Formats: sequence, structure tokens, C-alpha cells
Amino acid sequence: MQPFTYERATSVTEASASVSKHPNAKFIAGGTNLLDLMKLGIERPAHLVDISRLPLNQIETQPDRSMRIGAQVTNSDLAVHSHVRTHFPLLTQALLAGASGQLRNKASVGGNLLQRTRCPYFYNTHTPCNKRVPGSGCAAIGGFNRANAILGTSTSCIAVHPSDMAVAMTALGAQIETTNATGQTRKLGIGDLYRLPGTTPQIETSLTPGEMIVAVHLRPPPRGKQIYRKVRDRASYAFALVSVAAIVEQRNGRVASSRVAFGGLAPRPWRAEAAEQMLRNGKTDPATFSAAAEHAFAEARTEGSAGFKLELAKRTLCQTLAVAAT
Amino acid sequence: MNGASNPFLPTRRQVLEGSSAVALVMTSRLAEAAPAATGAASLNATEPVAFDLTINGKQTALRLDTRTTLLDALREHLGLTGSKKGCDHGQCGACTVLVNGRRINACLSLAVMHQRDDVTTIEGLARGDDLHPMQAAFIERDGFQCGYCTPGQICSAVGMLQEARAGWPSHVTADVAMPRAPLTDDEIRERMSGNICRCSAYPNIVAAIRDAAEKA
Repeated sequence: MQPFTYERATSVTEASASVSKHPNAKFIAGGTNLLDLMKLGIERPAHLVDISRLPLNQIETQPDRSMRIGAQVTNSDLAVHSHVRTHFPLLTQALLAGASGQLRNKASVGGNLLQRTRCPYFYNTHTPCNKRVPGSGCAAIGGFNRANAILGTSTSCIAVHPSDMAVAMTALGAQIETTNATGQTRKLGIGDLYRLPGTTPQIETSLTPGEMIVAVHLRPPPRGKQIYRKVRDRASYAFALVSVAAIVEQRNGRVASSRVAFGGLAPRPWRAEAAEQMLRNGKTDPATFSAAAEHAFAEARTEGSAGFKLELAKRTLCQTLAVAAT
Repeated sequence: MNGASNPFLPTRRQVLEGSSAVALVMTSRLAEAAPAATGAASLNATEPVAFDLTINGKQTALRLDTRTTLLDALREHLGLTGSKKGCDHGQCGACTVLVNGRRINACLSLAVMHQRDDVTTIEGLARGDDLHPMQAAFIERDGFQCGYCTPGQICSAVGMLQEARAGWPSHVTADVAMPRAPLTDDEIRERMSGNICRCSAYPNIVAAIRDAAEKA
């Protein structure tokens, strides 16, 4: 690990100012992803600003059931919060499907959103990777890529965003609250937080240098049944090959409204608006779900051994919709 | 099989390109790092940092390189070698300790970030000669073979039972809104999936945890 200086932040603005002032500085919260990458020499910060003790660990609920979740709330605390379990079970299910008990006790909500891809070529410093070393090439294209993306990819990068939590938050239309070095705050939709790789896969979010995620806002829970379904190589403690977050409001055998997002398939949590449009007013039957699945993946591009994911994703979507529509 | 035609292996050219690119980035990052050290006035990246921890009930003052993980602080600087280094990347759970009562991977945590935290390791579970009920259950049920993962398994199981008693659901809980799921073997296995046992003593580990849960 490269040597770094350490600073324990005492205020949000001070932390933000410090990261924007120091060249090559980073925030550290739970550290479960950043330290892993630092040990491997993939992340090489010269200065760490510890934000884990900032007063950002509150979960606030409103009478209309909307929520404000502090960015330093741990994944465990969010998953087991009674309001989340009762009104946003999708979010609890997604959180509990991710990582291990130990990691969830340490990982923060903000850090979960900003975690890096687990693409094997991003991790292997002996191979090219445009995300790790811009311009070096993509070894995943034409390489061992069965876990890579089939939506939103580019000729520069086919890496997947690994989060489960962010997929549920995408289906729920979460808003991200940030603060910058001058104390200015802004809110952006979770869809606007993440950037597609294009020709610059090293730039993953729309956050500016030193801008810190301070909270996640959830609107009142949408009507309908919420289901998070994760398919992976083993039953526990593995990243998704495919995951589906679905919220379906069923009325008289028809889909009154729906929200669908995918994980494990794209460089960012993927809201499937095309599928939602196909579902609207459709009968809650296999033909409608199948049509939605065809629509959702009309633009999918499979690379090498990730081809199996296309069929797996369609079937997982149909199965999840069938459960959510009951 | 010829490496060049194997899609799972990088080509020789890719490896060469990769290494030169890595060398380039290292040079440029070193150049970036220099002003950071001087610009940070009182901060020097190679200067040890002082902080306090409570370890197994004993307040301990440390002065360590910022890069020291909690696991290395315990093993290399405090002589508490019960916590094991398996993968050192949070994948195996051999380093599991309790911090402020919660189980975490000590390998994926910087020691300096634990200022004034209360750390319990495997060495701190027994009361004198009286083993912790979880330790006794592991012996009773023969919940190990080589024993390397055992301290992590036991610390994790202690933390896990506290979570279950607090009513936390898990990935296999049918209804996450239910106040408290019964701790079935499936629940124990899911909740312990962050601890790997390469001897595969899982059936006896599950039995030991079940016993300890019932006795408590």
C-alpha cells in the first residue's frame, strides 16, 4: 500500500474542502472496498479523509413514509430498520442479498453507491483496463467476461456496477443529496449520479472533486408489491449475475403501475423504463411479462461468454414480475 | 493449450502493454504525491499516528503507520495472534472481531480509524478459565478440523447471535417485515456465509452455533 496521510474529519464542509484541496485525496468511510483496492495498488490515494464519524448516521422518517437516510448509516442498520422492512422491503431484500454480515456492518450507504466494479481485469494490474489506466485498452472484451455487462457498454469498457442496494434505490427513484467544498448542497436523481462508460470509463459519476454524498432521499413508497430477486453462482455472498428489482401494482388482473431495475447487467444500476412502458395496462400474464422482457433487452449487446446472461435476465425478469404481480 | 488462442488468458502483448501502462501510472502518481506531503503542512505520510483502542477491556495506546489494518495491529503489534489472516481481502472471515459489539473483518479496516473503539478478539471471549458458551459449543460439537478459521467463526457466530436476537432478518428470511425469524439451520448458514472453512467442517459449525443459540 502506498503511504498516505490521514485526517479525521470533524465537519462535512471541512472534509469536502480537504478532499478538493489535496491532490489525490479520497474520502474513506467503511473502507471495505477502498482498502481492498489500496492493498492491490489499484487505488493509490496520498491523503485519506475519514468521514465515518461525521453526524451522517441518522435515518429520518416522515408521516407520509418518505425517508432521509444519512450517508454514514451502515448497510446493516439500513437493512434492519423497521420502517425500511415494513415500507421498503425491496431495499431490505437487496441489502441483505449483498456481501456478508461482517461487511454490511462496516459498509456505509454512501460507499455502497460509490463502490467500484469487480471486473477481473480492473483488479488485475497486469492486464489493460481503461477504467484503471485510461487509454490502456479493455482486456475484458475478448477475455473472460461471463460476469460482464450486456447493457450500456462501450467499446472502451464492459464492466458491471456491483451494488444490490443501488438497484433497489434506482427502482425506488432515490434522490442523492450532496455537499461540496463551499458548503453548497444539491440533490440529484440516482439515474443522474452514474455515468455510462463511453470513451471515459474512469469517470463513473457526475460528482465534482470533493463533493460528498451526505444522504439518500426516498419518496413515499410506490403502490404495489416489491420484490428483489438476485441470481448468482452460489447461494450466498456472491455478486449478481443478474438481479431484478420490481414493484408491480396490480388491479383487476392488469398492471396499474410498475417500476423495474436491473443489477449485474450494466455499468450502472439500470432502470428498465422500456419494460415499464410495455407493462402498463397489460394483463398480468406470461405473454405481457415476456413482451416486457423482449423490450427491456432490445438494445442488449452480449460480449463473448456473457451471452447466457441475456436469456437468464429475461427469465429472471418474467419470474420476478409474476411474483410481484400476485 | 496455446496461451494465445485461449480466451481465458491474456495475450503476451496485452500483458506487456498492461505492465508498461502500470509503470506509467506509478510514475505519474508519485509525481502527484510529492506536493500532497509538503502541502499538508503538519502531515507526513510516513509519520506514525498515535491513537487509543480498548482491546478486550484494556485501554491500549498505539502509535502506528497509517496503513496498518486493525488485523495487523492486533497480530503484529499487540501479539494477539488469535485473529487470523486468511485472504486479507474480506472474503474469508478468518479475521472477524467484534468492534463495539458488532462483527467486522479486521483486515478491511484501518487501525487508526478505530480511535476509542471497543474491540473484542477471540482472546477476550473467555472469562478466566470459563470458556465463552460459543467456544464450549465448538469443542463439544467438534466444529473444526485444522482450526485456522475457528477464531473468526466463533467471533462471527457471537456477533451473529446478537443480530438474530435483536430481530435482524437475513437473505433467507421469507418475510423481512416479520419481527423475528426463527434461527433455522438455513438461517445460520446464510448468516455465517462470510466465514469460509476450507476443511468444510460446516455441519458441525452449524450444530455448535445451534447449541449455543438454544442454551443462551
